[in-house]
Amino acid sequence: MKTIEELNKIRAEKRIELDLRKNTNADTREKHILVCNGTGCTSSKSPEILENFKRIIEEKGIQNVRVIKTGCFGLCAKGPIVIIRPEDTFYAMVKPEDCEEIIQSHIVEGKVVERLLCKDIDGKKVNRLDDLTFYKKQKRIALKNCGVINPEDIDEYIAFDGYRALARVLVEMSPDEVIDTIDKSGLRGRGGAGFPTGKKWKSTREAKGDKKFVVCNADEGDPGAFMDRSILEGDPHAVLEAMEIAGYSIGAEKGYIYVRAEYPIAVNRLQIAINQAREYGILGENIFGTGFNFDIEIRLGAGAFVCGEETALLESIEGKRGQPRVKPPYPAQSGLWGCPTLINNVETYANIAQIILKGPEWYSSIGTENSKGTKVFALGGNVNNVGLVEVPMGTTLREIVYDIGGGIPNGREFKAAQTGGPSGGCIPKEHLDTPIDYESLKAIGSMMGSGGLIVMDDTKCMVCLAKFYLQFTVSESCGKCTPCRIGTKRMLEILEKLCSGEGTEYDIYRLEKLAVNIQKSSICGLGQSAPNPVISTLKYFREEFRQHAIEKECKAMECKALARIEIDEEKCKACGLCQKNCPVNAIEGEGREKRHINQDKCIKCTTCIRSCPFHAIG
Amino acid sequence: MAIKFNVLDVEFKGEMTKHKVDDKSPSIVRDFNKCILCRRCVATCKNVQNIGAIDCIERGFESCISTTYDHSLNDVNCTFCGQCIESCPTGALHEKENINDVWAKLKDPDTYVVVQTAPSVRVALGEEFGMEIGTNVTGKMVSALKHLGFDKVFDTNTGADFTIMEEATEFVKRFKENDNLPMTTSCCPGWVKFAEMEYPENLPHLSSCKSPHQMFGAIIKSYYAEKNNIDPKNIYVVSVMPCIAKKFERQREEMKVNGLWDVDAVITTRELARMIKQANIEFDKLEDGTFDNPMGEATGAAAIFGVTGGVMEAALRTAYELITGKELQKLEFEEIRGAKGIKKATIQIGDKEVKVAVAHGLSNARKIMEEIKNGTSDYQFVEVMACPGGCIMGGGQPIKNSKIRMTVDVREKRAAAMYSIDERSTIRKSHENPVLKQIYKEYIGNPGEHKAHELLHTHYVEREEYRI
Amino acid sequence: MSCVDEKIVEETRKILDGYKKEKDNLIPILNDIQVKFGYIPKKSQMEISKYLGIPMAEIFGVITFYSRFSLEPKGKYNISVCLGTACFVKGSQAIFDRLKERLKLEDGQTSADGKFSIDTTRCVGACGIAPVFTVNNEVYGHATVKKLDEVLDKLEKEG
Repeated sequence: MKTIEELNKIRAEKRIELDLRKNTNADTREKHILVCNGTGCTSSKSPEILENFKRIIEEKGIQNVRVIKTGCFGLCAKGPIVIIRPEDTFYAMVKPEDCEEIIQSHIVEGKVVERLLCKDIDGKKVNRLDDLTFYKKQKRIALKNCGVINPEDIDEYIAFDGYRALARVLVEMSPDEVIDTIDKSGLRGRGGAGFPTGKKWKSTREAKGDKKFVVCNADEGDPGAFMDRSILEGDPHAVLEAMEIAGYSIGAEKGYIYVRAEYPIAVNRLQIAINQAREYGILGENIFGTGFNFDIEIRLGAGAFVCGEETALLESIEGKRGQPRVKPPYPAQSGLWGCPTLINNVETYANIAQIILKGPEWYSSIGTENSKGTKVFALGGNVNNVGLVEVPMGTTLREIVYDIGGGIPNGREFKAAQTGGPSGGCIPKEHLDTPIDYESLKAIGSMMGSGGLIVMDDTKCMVCLAKFYLQFTVSESCGKCTPCRIGTKRMLEILEKLCSGEGTEYDIYRLEKLAVNIQKSSICGLGQSAPNPVISTLKYFREEFRQHAIEKECKAMECKALARIEIDEEKCKACGLCQKNCPVNAIEGEGREKRHINQDKCIKCTTCIRSCPFHAIG
Repeated sequence: MAIKFNVLDVEFKGEMTKHKVDDKSPSIVRDFNKCILCRRCVATCKNVQNIGAIDCIERGFESCISTTYDHSLNDVNCTFCGQCIESCPTGALHEKENINDVWAKLKDPDTYVVVQTAPSVRVALGEEFGMEIGTNVTGKMVSALKHLGFDKVFDTNTGADFTIMEEATEFVKRFKENDNLPMTTSCCPGWVKFAEMEYPENLPHLSSCKSPHQMFGAIIKSYYAEKNNIDPKNIYVVSVMPCIAKKFERQREEMKVNGLWDVDAVITTRELARMIKQANIEFDKLEDGTFDNPMGEATGAAAIFGVTGGVMEAALRTAYELITGKELQKLEFEEIRGAKGIKKATIQIGDKEVKVAVAHGLSNARKIMEEIKNGTSDYQFVEVMACPGGCIMGGGQPIKNSKIRMTVDVREKRAAAMYSIDERSTIRKSHENPVLKQIYKEYIGNPGEHKAHELLHTHYVEREEYRI
Repeated sequence: MSCVDEKIVEETRKILDGYKKEKDNLIPILNDIQVKFGYIPKKSQMEISKYLGIPMAEIFGVITFYSRFSLEPKGKYNISVCLGTACFVKGSQAIFDRLKERLKLEDGQTSADGKFSIDTTRCVGACGIAPVFTVNNEVYGHATVKKLDEVLDKLEKEG
């Protein structure tokens, strides 16, 4: 059981020790090798890199060097990532066998390993993380500790002001003051809908009930989004601390974190964090001797997207099928087992402690008129710097895609960006300069969503994209209400018809009509927003739908029935590369002969198009 | 409805889910192709009856209502109470029809077809012909049955009087000997199946009496056959019941005497209405008929068998007089009437107190069973009916749509009709029924003794909940 | 009961011992069983049904609702292709189509010899190396149809 004094002592001591993590001029002889152990880098062998570093250091008997496992740095495309502090050298795409060289050259001889440095957009190699354009335009609040601390060590969290907000809240503030602070900060729910967080806390506090619960929604289901996972992997204590503050504010003593079982690393780190916090007496009974009790339990999701919907999530925690409830009553009035329940998303919680520490005025100074603070996006798709970015609200899409994201690879054209996943919509080229905030995105037919941001180049067919999202919705619909259960299936059938070249103009009309009906009549957010990808693609790319229906043509060549891949004899230099890469041996011709495609064999995988150095295939 | 909403064609055609029809069980047919997934049946089965034989399975487009591993209802924990049928708005759940079996026998000149009707049928059948809920149509019903061509039309109420004679006698004996108390009633086959599946350790508490229509079937095929010189093999007994579990009960191996089924076919109130319609009988214009003698006479005690608390009340009227030898002054036991889930009362019989409980709906039955299992039950006599409200609300009764159920208390109206039959009866205690007195004297001997056991009692078996 | 069944019952009971008899433990228990056996055997469901007092149909409903739970054992090699948006945009559908075609299986099926089972998964969070597929939790990044073929060739040879 720790007192606040003990907490302050740990902070003071640890802070000196860890100063070099954030201060490039730190007065120290130590070096810290930070190895990203987020899911992305872990899949490309970063745990092995971590082990190699440790082994080599031990073998060589090197002093004053520590190897630290951290959460995600953000630039996943360049993973696995290794950063050496305090000088802040950023090594990208490191392989386990590179460890020896990094130790020998960088640590022992003091020479930066040039070949492992990361190239910036302009093609120049960059030495320091902070110099990368990718990081320059970002502002890290929710991600402030990600990639800086070891998420499995509570002391490191405490060193960077961890649990200080909780201590302040418990000792100095009344629940109403806390809620007031959150309200003033202008923080809105980061799960997608953007409901003001302070209001939610207030109504849960005011709801009558002997028992209340705090729930953290970490069922990040949006395909292509991994913001919440990165926070849980990189800074789990931030979520725990915020849930405790929420518990104090609304009068709850129990919290649940509902997290996807597909996130084993996040689950593991959360569990470690909970155990450590319990050991320190920061979770449990009589926290800091203030008489406040709070404990947190993890509940695993079992693979159902709809459980990200708050009432479905509650059903799932109760051990039932994750079928949404009819609202109202809202969870704030009647949630878990009928008790008032506060549900916030991971990223929302990740902002709380800092709002308490730095004040609501500081937070509300960031962002736009109605959307305050920052937003984390998982940038993916056809963009150079795939990864995790946190930007102030109001940043334009162009800045994210071209400056932070480094533009579109292979010299292709930007076609659209998709936000909000299966519930959102796409943003075409003409809206690239829209500032990103809740209202602006809504105005152009998309939504903030949880933060998935997928960039598409001109090889992407928008009808196919709509079909992809409908496929997703159909397979994830819970089946409770008819519009979603059957309506989305019918929409998918129409889209399939269009993609296979059997569609008519009437089908487009039917599609639109059905979309509106489903929007209006579904029970929950999943169903109500399921037609959004169709509605928004129709809004901006109606011409493409018409091409599919009338001219029977898919210009992006994604719809196989409508695509015909051919080799332009004029351009073909008979190099044979396409032949080598074709997985089904559909390309015929030998030696100096011009190649041609056997259409019966071709599966239209487009591998040949991508492999042709002369752009002769299309 | 299609015209009202101007639906001329299906605009959005497409793939439909296809399902096998489950008609393996003797009681319920489940045709999921008609289901609209409203889940009222699931709510009824899981929340009202606390059984949960069916639930929503799979997800999204594939969602459907089914049992575990999509087995037949026959092989899972279904009790065949049939409440799901009552809640189904589309007919995806319905009883296993036996109408054609009955028609075939009616047309067979060599078969002597006897029909008996349960107490609850007469207060609900009229609804199928547009009459007010709770109309007593006994006379018209008897006439209709005669028109349909049954050789004899008897009243299961007489069977109910037999049940009371046996059950009250059994209770008095078990009460005196403190033998497996509380004793529970056994005339509800859904309840019996529930007990056999979920509480086999409590089976000794069940009365060994058969249910009224089974008893009556056994009497018809023995006493009546002998008396009228008919080969019992040629007798075909049809029971018209408010219940679909009776279809299951009928074919239990224990329900045979000398190799002959007590009852050969069970049809529900709804099926009888359908037969009447098939025969183009104008039901509302029928003259009142009367049950055939000699076994058409029944008491008021038997008349209330179909309402929750009715069996207990009838049994107490007889048990009181059996124990005390004195005449019971007030016949109505108000504390065990009404809609409350579990009704409790302490009855003073002579110098003894008898604690009784009446439970209806299987969720309440479960509470009683848990108490017995844990040894905390302090009752001596318990009545259980599987359907909430009793047989008048049984799974074979006319289906009332939700609009009616929300505005009218169907149970109360049908129950009121039953109690008024009792009130208007001249004989209101089973042991005073002259027909019974005669048959016991002439044929059976004393209640609870050898012959009675052979004809009128049964035993129970432990059943696996899931045969999968 | 066969000895396989007995073993399942025994293991299931061990798992159940770690949980209170509260209905909201159903999903955590099912998760444990899924991890233990690779699927959720019928015998386990019966034990859970008795332990928590939940009807079999409801348990079955929960199992079939969540895609993480399966009713049949998975193949020796469980190959799943990520169809998250980031992977989709980079062509994972073609990889999955190829997988189905080569193994002649549909989503969620297991081959007759019990060697392969295939499915699709939502984002595994390796968007940086999209498209990806996994074989028994080992992630293959920057995947192509060709790479898939190579992996399948290797697995088929390994037996």
